[in-house]
Amino acid sequence: MSNRPITEDDLHAYVDRALEPEREAEVAAYLEKHPDVAKRIAAYSDERNLLRSALLPIAEEPLPPQLNLARMIERPRRRPSSLRWAIAAMLMLSIGGLGGWMIRGATQAPAGGLAALAEEASDSYKVYASDHTRPVELRDSTELVQWVSNRLRQPVKLPDLSKSGYRLMGGRVVPTAHGPAAMFMYDDDHGERLVVLTRPMTSDQNAPMAAHSGGDIAGFSWADGGTGYSLVGPRGVDALRPLANEIRKQAQTI
Amino acid sequence: MNDMLRLVEPLIPALRRYARALVRDHAAADDLVQDCLERAVIHWEQRRSDNPRPWLFAILHNLAINQFRRATTRGVHVAIDETNEDAFGQDAEQEHKVTYRDVMTKLARLPHDQRAVLLLVGVEDLSYADAAKVLGVPIGTVMSRLARARERLHQELEGTAGDLNNNIVQLRNKS
Repeated sequence: MSNRPITEDDLHAYVDRALEPEREAEVAAYLEKHPDVAKRIAAYSDERNLLRSALLPIAEEPLPPQLNLARMIERPRRRPSSLRWAIAAMLMLSIGGLGGWMIRGATQAPAGGLAALAEEASDSYKVYASDHTRPVELRDSTELVQWVSNRLRQPVKLPDLSKSGYRLMGGRVVPTAHGPAAMFMYDDDHGERLVVLTRPMTSDQNAPMAAHSGGDIAGFSWADGGTGYSLVGPRGVDALRPLANEIRKQAQTI
Repeated sequence: MNDMLRLVEPLIPALRRYARALVRDHAAADDLVQDCLERAVIHWEQRRSDNPRPWLFAILHNLAINQFRRATTRGVHVAIDETNEDAFGQDAEQEHKVTYRDVMTKLARLPHDQRAVLLLVGVEDLSYADAAKVLGVPIGTVMSRLARARERLHQELEGTAGDLNNNIVQLRNKS
């Protein structure tokens, strides 16, 4: 016999028959001397057995088809766990980054400042070219050139695409992370719209023309003498290339 | 995966029993077990111990607790009388049925953490260490909860529990 005092934990372990035989004997001897405690522990044991008996039939019920483990192993239902969601989100982002904005360089892929400009032009196209109520803020070309030149703090020349079949609809100042930019919108006889975005460049002050496409729009971006240009339209890069060359030629003659 | 079927299938009746005793609603309990097994299939290779029993009970317990939390957040309470009367002791003889139903009703009056420890240790025969793993608490907490749970169930059955029933959270009855 050890001299260790009997604990409440010992009593519960006695109920659960989880004690070593020696300790169990010590607890039994203790209970013999303490009838009040013994009564309580006997009640716990009875109630434990009652609970087991009451619940036994549940474990003996036939299993329903929904709990057929063999079938689950054959065809595991892939639940989107949080990890899987995270992977999916990363995939979406990279697909979006690659496919949604696949930059294919005609001479060189736009990077740094030019990539940002190309993205701003695409965003402007998506927002404003689809607007049938008020695609442009100002339609008067003189007023427009004055407004955007003031906001960009440099003379802005309005590209003329009439020889290519595109009329100026008007334009507006649009916000970018690099300050205000001038957006011009054109359309042709079929109502097809183009957007030209121009702003001063903080980086990539001179950058060769680079094509980009994503979704159902495409474009060209370049920078000359600190000013960046980006042309975006719904047609492929091949259709836009002559227009981009035309805009660049006109801009260089300022 | 073959060893999974061999090791896990015999445990399904016990998982069902635990789920039903914990949440009381027959259909909700089987849904929890199904959810538990599906997760076990997917994560089978990631389990850490050779004994899948505490691992499976832990998955099931966590699913049940999440459901309790959602029910608590929604503030949905169901009186014990509204739960499925045939949920317990279906095959028991008539004289036992009353007693069995009574003990289940009294068990349902316990807070679910006390109920869980009574069931895991007293019915499912998990060791104190395994019960601690399932519940995510130290063994000392398992022991003190077990002591409180046994005393509380005893008082309920003796009809001396008094007004201790503030903590009852029942799952919404699915029907």
